[in-house]
Amino acid sequence: MAEPSKGHDKLMIGQSPTGIYIAHAILILGVIVVAFPIYYTFVASTHSLQTILRPPLPLLPGDRFIENYSEALFGGVGRIGGVPVWTLLFNTTVVALGIAIGKIIISILSAYAIVFFRFPLRMTFFWIIFITLMLPVEVRILPTYKVMVDLGLIDTYAGLIVPLIASATATLLFRQFFLTIPGELVEAARVDGAGPFRFFKDILLPLSRTNIAALFVILFIYGWTQYLWPLLVTNDNQMNTIVIALKKMVSFADADTEWHLVMVTAMLAIVPPILVVVLMQRWFVRGLVDTEK
Amino acid sequence: MTPRVVFPNKILPYLLVAPQLAITLVFFYWPASQALYQSMLREDPFGLKSKFVWFDNFKKVLADPNYINSIHVTAIFSIATALLSMVVALILAVMADKVVRSRNLYRTLLIWPYAVAPAIAGMLWLFLFNPSIGSLAYALRWMGIPWDPLLKGDQAMVLVVMAAAWKQISYNFLFFVAGLQAIPKTLIEAAAIDGAREFKRFWTIVFPLLAPTTFFLLVVNTVYAFFDTFGIIHAVTGGGPGKATETLVYKVYNDGFVNLILGDSAAQSVILMVIVIALTAVQFRYVERKVHYG
Repeated sequence: MAEPSKGHDKLMIGQSPTGIYIAHAILILGVIVVAFPIYYTFVASTHSLQTILRPPLPLLPGDRFIENYSEALFGGVGRIGGVPVWTLLFNTTVVALGIAIGKIIISILSAYAIVFFRFPLRMTFFWIIFITLMLPVEVRILPTYKVMVDLGLIDTYAGLIVPLIASATATLLFRQFFLTIPGELVEAARVDGAGPFRFFKDILLPLSRTNIAALFVILFIYGWTQYLWPLLVTNDNQMNTIVIALKKMVSFADADTEWHLVMVTAMLAIVPPILVVVLMQRWFVRGLVDTEK
Repeated sequence: MTPRVVFPNKILPYLLVAPQLAITLVFFYWPASQALYQSMLREDPFGLKSKFVWFDNFKKVLADPNYINSIHVTAIFSIATALLSMVVALILAVMADKVVRSRNLYRTLLIWPYAVAPAIAGMLWLFLFNPSIGSLAYALRWMGIPWDPLLKGDQAMVLVVMAAAWKQISYNFLFFVAGLQAIPKTLIEAAAIDGAREFKRFWTIVFPLLAPTTFFLLVVNTVYAFFDTFGIIHAVTGGGPGKATETLVYKVYNDGFVNLILGDSAAQSVILMVIVIALTAVQFRYVERKVHYG
């Protein structure tokens, strides 16, 4: 899909104009189905609580946009477990950035060591990192929780971030990319007197820019959408990410749920990662395809 | 691998791998080994003493009807989620491959769900379909369908499958589009000249050539349905009603973290570990086939 989308649909042999119209129709239908839950959340976030409580909800946005958003952002303190929405957004941003940047740094360093140095146990280390793919949080919930308690990491940013930044995928990706860098480049750098630091900073990092950007988008989304881990390692509402806080706000059995504010919070939780994906689309698609190789 | 030009430093490489290694050892290997060890221990009811029982916990877990139920639930949930999201994504990708106009616009609009956290995806669908205030639930009842996913197990399953599949459509769509683009158009045009109609061209040429992508996505979607959908289950149904949507991962969390049945939970963790190892092995065994034509 790299080519520009301008111009008319060109027919291939065996294609009919009717077929193209049907294709557009199916795609539009698909877009409606895919976008509807998000659109409807936005619609709900602009209506009053009374309107939401009496289904069906109108298909068009209401007139409470400013009231609802300002109440959630500036007046709603004490409603979301006593924590302002800003704190939740701040926590989530810290976690998402921390995880993305942390993973990139430690992975690029280990890949650098594994590709550009020769040392005893090199391949052992590589396999140790690789095998973590097979040990997701879900298979070691309790013992990992115990480690977190012992290290005093419950309810800390470090606890939310550090255990998640080991990354076999990112390490593999950087390793694969480094292997394509010709030896002559390293040789030339060494002849010119560049040590490993200079080489890393002046040659390897600039060459890895697109890989880093692609990986960053994927990992930012990964960090932003974390659920099980923050659920385990936070007790204090002050340390909640926005996803966890949203879950705590919602009760479908309880008549007291303030749906209009829930919907605003949901929008605030959804929009930042969507913007990242849409605005950095080129790197996102690349990152997605690369990380699965 | 050809011998590479390398730097001669002796200590530096160890420093470079140290951070990643430290994290994997402290937060991955140590807890995983503890899970293995605990899976063979049984605590007395007061949690004071524990006894080494070899594989008794495994026998107990595998004989537990609730666990068997959870295996069924996970199988149905995973197959339904993978199939639904792959079929929808494939249809959309085939259509997107045909059109030139607005192609990028369609893609931009179809990738949104990827950025939505699973738990939030679940909540959005529950908002639409919950019996008291859901607008689509209202529509279903208006059509005479007795809809109540909070009380009816099969409907709860339908709801979590829809939410889980919806979130995965973006991912599958992008990979199917990439797979379709790798198929030479001349091949399809040749078949058209030979008189093969559109459906026939799809089934006899396009679909078989897409097989590597499809297989790869099948594995990825299974892994997704097993592990990444915890948020959906936790936020939407909590495993209920009854135990109708209690997947294996949710059960491990619930037994271990909520009900504190340590030995059982550890044994379940180890069983899950075996499943992940198998899935990863399959993924890497066949990963080359995926890029056959690329």
